[in-house]
Amino acid sequence: MAAAIEFRQVNKWFGKLHVLVDVTLGVAPGEVVVVCGPSGSGKSTLIRCVNALERIQSGEIVVLGDSITSPRMNLTRLRTQVGMVFQSFNLFPHMTALENIMLAPMKVRNAPREDAEKTARALLLRVGIPDKAGNYPANLSGGQQQRVAIARALAMQPKIMLFDEPTSALDPEMINEVLEVMTDLAKSGMTMMVVTHEMGFARRVAHRVIFMDGGQVIEEADPETFFASPKSDRSRQFLSKILSH
Amino acid sequence: MLDPGVIVRNFKFLIVQGFLGIGSFAGGTLRLAIPAIVLGFALGIVVGLARLANAAWIRVPAVMYVELFRGVPLVMVIFWMWFVIPQLLRLPIPEYGVALTAFVIFEAAYFGEIVRAGVQSVPRGQVEAARALGLSGAKAMRYVVLPQALRNMVPSLVTQMIVLFKDTSLASIIGYVDLTKAAQIVNNREIRPFELYLFIAVVYWICTYSMSRMARRLERRPSTA
Repeated sequence: MAAAIEFRQVNKWFGKLHVLVDVTLGVAPGEVVVVCGPSGSGKSTLIRCVNALERIQSGEIVVLGDSITSPRMNLTRLRTQVGMVFQSFNLFPHMTALENIMLAPMKVRNAPREDAEKTARALLLRVGIPDKAGNYPANLSGGQQQRVAIARALAMQPKIMLFDEPTSALDPEMINEVLEVMTDLAKSGMTMMVVTHEMGFARRVAHRVIFMDGGQVIEEADPETFFASPKSDRSRQFLSKILSH
Repeated sequence: MLDPGVIVRNFKFLIVQGFLGIGSFAGGTLRLAIPAIVLGFALGIVVGLARLANAAWIRVPAVMYVELFRGVPLVMVIFWMWFVIPQLLRLPIPEYGVALTAFVIFEAAYFGEIVRAGVQSVPRGQVEAARALGLSGAKAMRYVVLPQALRNMVPSLVTQMIVLFKDTSLASIIGYVDLTKAAQIVNNREIRPFELYLFIAVVYWICTYSMSRMARRLERRPSTA
């Protein structure tokens, strides 16, 4: 089966800083890939390339069969097929939870208000906070905000979901409610790329773990192998730091 | 002795002609201030957004516009419009046209800076989230950035509107009969400066105070916490 996401010899620089170095990588449809590595290793940049929030300088990225690095690429089409969840939630503070979810279907797809609202309410139910529809983000906990953000991304019925450290800004007691939603999503067959330090989640849910350092993919393996016997020194070092506490 | 009679006798001229602008003279504080605020802000949005454009051919003229008009006195812009532009165009421009054009052009530079700062006050993550959902740049601006930016702008926007409102009194130097000029005309006849200038001070103050009260209400609107 064709890959859902394919990186071919991807290179990216921020000025003189080489942030992605010859990255070649495939993600199969329905696969859940956890990307980990020390900060500054390029993992966030990697997934931000998938929906073209970042542009690359050389190489090619193919998403759902379309080369997104070609000049004729349809940006809107790509981004409606790829949902993204951010570390800092980025909910729109001037809209209620419901309005946050309804915005893109109404303004990008021109969905009628009633349909958009019906979908939005169903999604809030799915992420476990149907009673928060009328709340503004300021009146939601971090965990609730992130669940609204996931619902907002799902409203466009994406085929791929990207998560950029979705639990890093959360208080510890709220991390699980978000991870549970993500686990359900993974079980439903969604293709996911997740940048996270939640190694428990990686172990339980991921099909594959990718370890990055210095802009390179150092190691990729199924979670069992990766955690039991990491091959490279750098991943061993990283794991000892992150798992010791 | 204070003689309130001078206000009573000339009330119609001061308020209807001077303040509202209905009468035989070209004039009116409100008739100038309201369109100047509306049009100046509209042009200010264009200037402010142009100043943030990536393309240099849009951004650079906007920067030059702002720097030019912030760097010269308003009275001078009014004189330009009154003496210089009609000569260049070989076309007489009536007082109202001169005053309104001068105010809109001048104030747009200030409003533009307020709009720019307001847009820049919205975190980058907001645009990214909107773009990641498939919204175009223009739609992200319209539905996500501007509503938040406008809210952040309210205090400085209202301050600028109050300044503009009071500055309309400068239009009297080209013979435009606004509230200040109307008081001056009455005073030339009645020689009652204390009563007259106290009265118009109160009228100006009531207007600007209600503007700042309204702004405070807007800022406190709970729905967009």
